[in-house]
Amino acid sequence: MSEEYLIKSNQEIAYNVFQMTLIGDTSKIKNPGQFMNIKIDDNYENFLRRPISISSYKENEMTIIYKIFGTGTKKLSYKKSGDLIDILCPLGNGFTIKKNTRKSILIGGGVGVPPLLELAKQLKNNKMDFDVIIGFPSHRDVFLENEFKKFSESIVVCTIDGSYGEKGNVLEVIKNKQISFDYYYACGPEKMLHALVKEGYIGQLSFEERMGCGFGACMGCSHKTIQSYKRICKEGPVLESSEVYIDE
Amino acid sequence: MNNLEVKLPGMTLSNPIIPASGCFGFGYEFSEYYDINILGSFVFKGTTLNSRYGNPNPRIAETYAGMLNSIGLQNPGVEEVINCELVKLKKVYHKKVIANIGGSTEKEYLESVKLISKCSQIGAIELNISCPNVKDGGIHFGLNKDIAASLVKAVKSVTNLPVYVKLSPNVTDIVEIAKAVESAGADAITLINTLIGMRIDIKTGKPVLANTYGGLSGPAIKPVALRMVHQVYRNVSIPIIGVGGIMNASDVIEMMYAGATAVQIGTANLIDPYACKSIIEDLPKLMKELKINKISDIIGGSHI
Repeated sequence: MSEEYLIKSNQEIAYNVFQMTLIGDTSKIKNPGQFMNIKIDDNYENFLRRPISISSYKENEMTIIYKIFGTGTKKLSYKKSGDLIDILCPLGNGFTIKKNTRKSILIGGGVGVPPLLELAKQLKNNKMDFDVIIGFPSHRDVFLENEFKKFSESIVVCTIDGSYGEKGNVLEVIKNKQISFDYYYACGPEKMLHALVKEGYIGQLSFEERMGCGFGACMGCSHKTIQSYKRICKEGPVLESSEVYIDE
Repeated sequence: MNNLEVKLPGMTLSNPIIPASGCFGFGYEFSEYYDINILGSFVFKGTTLNSRYGNPNPRIAETYAGMLNSIGLQNPGVEEVINCELVKLKKVYHKKVIANIGGSTEKEYLESVKLISKCSQIGAIELNISCPNVKDGGIHFGLNKDIAASLVKAVKSVTNLPVYVKLSPNVTDIVEIAKAVESAGADAITLINTLIGMRIDIKTGKPVLANTYGGLSGPAIKPVALRMVHQVYRNVSIPIIGVGGIMNASDVIEMMYAGATAVQIGTANLIDPYACKSIIEDLPKLMKELKINKISDIIGGSHI
């Protein structure tokens, strides 16, 4: 009963990283950074749905980018153009474009990079000035660089091992290159997000958490914030930097 | 005449389908997907006297044909439930709801039950003495027949609502506890809560759940639930609400044959928010196929 989407394409774009384009209703998507919850198949081996962020969307078409981490995403990578797939979409809040920023920066780490692409598109449509910095472990992991170039002339790619672009993690590179900004939008590993918060920068961060349902029913992904607890699937995945709680 | 109608103490249900506690929030979350008034009833998220934040993350792990959770009874506390959650629910749901109440002391249970019993939206109390994820979440009331019976007796004395008691399968003798709560005045028994399990991440060698152990639910536990419902049905005369791994209409029929008067649907809601709606729509078709006239005719049918 949840909606079926038609797979238009599903191909590897970096090491174990796949881009899947889906045909179906996208009219309910409100913000970049919202996600979908995908049923792998009717087999009970991969029992739970897989939450994956929407990388870009337009009328009746959306794209996701995912990495093979286990058997569920492995099976997803075997899906072919023409296959139907059961998806709950859109879920979560997504990024809210902050007006009146002088210059913002999009900061992405690994599989946290994809939702920033749609954000870049919308920032450009809003004629806002922004930089992009995206980080990956190594050269073979890099993706979306050329797509971001369509929306921003200022893009920095970094790799931890230095095999491509700048060497280091995104935060190190931001500091080394003295990239200045007054607002940021970030998605990536929790370590990266927490490091940004600790630096005192102001912005929005998209978190990841293991989910049961993805739509607010099970409380599986509750995340402690400064004021209260928030469900990453419902009141998240995007939190304001001012509400991020770091337990140390 | 509605062929799906079943009767529980204090409540006549238009069908036997009841979303289970912890898998249906406070109901209104699902009204975005369908009109939840089609449900027989539903049980809201386990509620305690004071608010609880629950266990650290990760609280969810996947397994073949099921999942483990270690939420730890996260809930806003009974007053917030009454003043906020039930108010929101009232806008979208006009039937009676079943209140799942947990606690760590008898006093706490009684306070919560007294407060929630004043709400006209509540049709019955489901006494949660079986949450496996919280040391002080009531589980010790569910593991010993005398302690369980004494709590049920006390709760019955402070409420006029029917009291359904949700039992833990993590016991040596389920029948003994079922009989004890029946003697203490329980109006019905909900069987079963989750089975305690764990997963280990082989890349780190560490448990997947931050809480180490969690409650196993989903189709993996259905045979255990069926067996316990079957066993208890033979030994008590109060109605049983069967729960554990029910995914579709066939599972409902199977559980009712085992001895359940109504069923709860838990984990199925999490992977398909429309699960209960589909089951309610599929039941009449399946009954026709199986030549079942009234669904209540098959309750405990496997025992004859």
